[in-house]
Amino acid sequence: MQHVALADRPDELHDPQTFITKYVWSQDHKVIAIQYGSTAIFVGLIALVLSGLMRLQLGFPDTFDFIDPNSYLQFVTMHGMIMVIYLLTALLLGGFGNYLIPLMCGARDMVFPFMNMLSYWVYLLSVIILLASFFVPGGPTGAGWTLYPPQAILDGTPGYDWGIILMLVSLAVFIVAFTMGGLNYVTTVLQARTHGMTLMRMPLSVWGIFVATILGILAFPALLVSAIMMLLDKTLHTSFFMPAVVSLGENLSYEGGSPILFQHLFWFFGHPEVYIVALPAFGMVSDVLSVHARKNIFGYRMMVWAIVIIGALSFVVWAHHMYVSGMHPAFGFFFATTTLIIAVPTAIKVYNWVLTLWRGNIHLTVPMLFAIGFIFTFTHGGLTGLFLGNVTIDLPLSDTYFVVAHFHMVMGVSPIMVLFAAIYHWFPLMTGKMFDERLGKWHFWCTFLGTYAIYLPMHYLGFLGVPRRYFAMGTTDFIPESAQSLNAGITVAALLVGLSQLIFLYNIFKTLRSGEKSPRNPWGAASLEWQTADVPPHHGNWGKELPQVHRWAYDYSVPGAAEDFIPQNHPVTEDEQTEGH
Amino acid sequence: MSIETDKNATYTEPGVAGVVSDWAADKQAFDMPWGKLMMWIFLLSDTFIFSVFLTSYMTVRISATDAWPNASEVFALEIAGVHLPLLLIAIMTFILITSSGTMAMAVNCAYRGDKKKAVTFIVLTALFGASFVGMQAFEWTKLITEEGIRPWGNPLGAAQFGSSFFMITGFHGLHVTGGVIYLLWVARRVSTGYYDGKGLEIVEIAGLYWHFVDLVWVFIFAFFYLW
Repeated sequence: MQHVALADRPDELHDPQTFITKYVWSQDHKVIAIQYGSTAIFVGLIALVLSGLMRLQLGFPDTFDFIDPNSYLQFVTMHGMIMVIYLLTALLLGGFGNYLIPLMCGARDMVFPFMNMLSYWVYLLSVIILLASFFVPGGPTGAGWTLYPPQAILDGTPGYDWGIILMLVSLAVFIVAFTMGGLNYVTTVLQARTHGMTLMRMPLSVWGIFVATILGILAFPALLVSAIMMLLDKTLHTSFFMPAVVSLGENLSYEGGSPILFQHLFWFFGHPEVYIVALPAFGMVSDVLSVHARKNIFGYRMMVWAIVIIGALSFVVWAHHMYVSGMHPAFGFFFATTTLIIAVPTAIKVYNWVLTLWRGNIHLTVPMLFAIGFIFTFTHGGLTGLFLGNVTIDLPLSDTYFVVAHFHMVMGVSPIMVLFAAIYHWFPLMTGKMFDERLGKWHFWCTFLGTYAIYLPMHYLGFLGVPRRYFAMGTTDFIPESAQSLNAGITVAALLVGLSQLIFLYNIFKTLRSGEKSPRNPWGAASLEWQTADVPPHHGNWGKELPQVHRWAYDYSVPGAAEDFIPQNHPVTEDEQTEGH
Repeated sequence: MSIETDKNATYTEPGVAGVVSDWAADKQAFDMPWGKLMMWIFLLSDTFIFSVFLTSYMTVRISATDAWPNASEVFALEIAGVHLPLLLIAIMTFILITSSGTMAMAVNCAYRGDKKKAVTFIVLTALFGASFVGMQAFEWTKLITEEGIRPWGNPLGAAQFGSSFFMITGFHGLHVTGGVIYLLWVARRVSTGYYDGKGLEIVEIAGLYWHFVDLVWVFIFAFFYLW
């Protein structure tokens, strides 16, 4: 039996009339996507400024009076948490997930638009709660983004009083928002695709976002529960995570809790979180590479299965973040094995991206530059992951700048590269205008070369044993003087990269104000989102009739075809040599 | 499963490949309304929440340094001089499971088109749920005032006993309370004719949630009260 989605019912797809229903309390997935995206970019800029402040302290210690050890730790914490949760997760899933899923699947909207709208507003609430912690007594929490107890809630850690409470509440609220959005994304992909859009014809972007959302729906519960328990430990003095502690010479009332339990719960969320960020990036970069190389993605089925397998494996590797926590060595063996197995599907993906480029007709457009940049940064970050996945190599490198460099390359810079690729790629669709190509290229080269200038030296600092999260090195025998000059160099590079993001913002605002009108399908993309009745698509996306899909999303440079791409909604002709994709 | 299969696609592959392409069919992967699937996925997520709660409870039960109180004695009632361990919990469990029965009747009536009976059974289910929450309130009051158990401390032994108890039963109680409100809201909409012409799947969807809350209770009952 055919069940109709809410947004497919003509009588319930109200066309919003007033400014408020159109742009503020909007239930249109495209508007919600842009609300999500701009909020996420806004908090991301705050986190970028925080990282600049951290770098100032590290590069030039004893120079800036307004950074003391406490505020330094607060910058570290807020930078990490904002970037991972409130920027990357929100922008990739709330932003691009919302925008692309209905358009790429051929739906008129998400299946439950009202809840989709709520999702954004609850997300905004969580952001406000988070930012409020900058203005409460004691400031935001300085416990590190991992928020490990007992220190996170004890006197001596900055923000142990108000800051940590607001952080935990904000996380819980964020999870509620994510769940409302995530249920929509998964259900829309499963139940609301248009005619002919089989799962194995979906663009890889949708596959990545789909699997990442499932990961989120299953992983965020662990964070929610640990946030609740830590809140109880903090406010009601329960002892879930708190052993008997003597703090500042005082016997506290805590007794018998398990701090390691928190680490397990946190990383049971935290590791899938890495893939919640990475999988949408994997998917979108595949589409960008394929379009701009005018070639079908290499090994589509393999790419889909790699996404699914990586997603499944990501739930059984969490304790590789805890090799130094005193776990039983047998666990270390198990988790090192599963961790290294993940390298197999991941390597398949990297090979397939490179093979997609191989003998393609590569157009070095701005999105393509960022996509190729991603292959570099991701490969480098992934290779250092092999070092850290092994227990014996991880032990000396744990908590050094090697770790910082590794995860910034693999889940900081890499998803950001894809996000820029995606923003430049879909910008003409979202706004109908074409950005300034020259400024975009400046933005790319500053960002790409700049990030290497930041993170390559950090690997070396890590090998020297420079510990992370330290406010200042002081006089430490095993760290040579030269490490400090290297740190100063990293800071200069970091500030330049930070400033070069202004080029991006300027480009966006300039284009929105006075940009040239973009052609309908400037990149010649075959996937469904470019085949709407209007560009940018209007409310309801498809005019009167839903599109009929006849082929996969990667028919580029098909021999004998009139153009070098065939849109997904074009019927298969008699003499076409396809193999039933 | 699929309604309008594409003429050019072949779905006749044998073995694993065939299973994959069946699931990959266009329009709908599952033959059900989207709301029902969405509820299933939500419940999957909620399952993880309760699993983490129960796993954490087991962990702190092991890590606790003080002795764990004997649950069947803590939750015993003294009626007319007779000592009855776990009496109240047995009644609460019985009521909740009964409410699952009335919920199933409501779903049956809804699909047979008997709106009046469906509404009656939904309201009855909600009443059972409300009485469960009421008894829970009684249990909490007894524990707090008579036994002196608090989330942060416990005269009978490990502090984690009280913390886990209030946290887990509290979270479950919130689920039941939310369910009661949800059921009453559905009953109202069914009786005012909001779903006329759209089908009464909503009763089954609400029922899924209700059965889930019951099922979770069975696990809490087994792991917390019986162990």
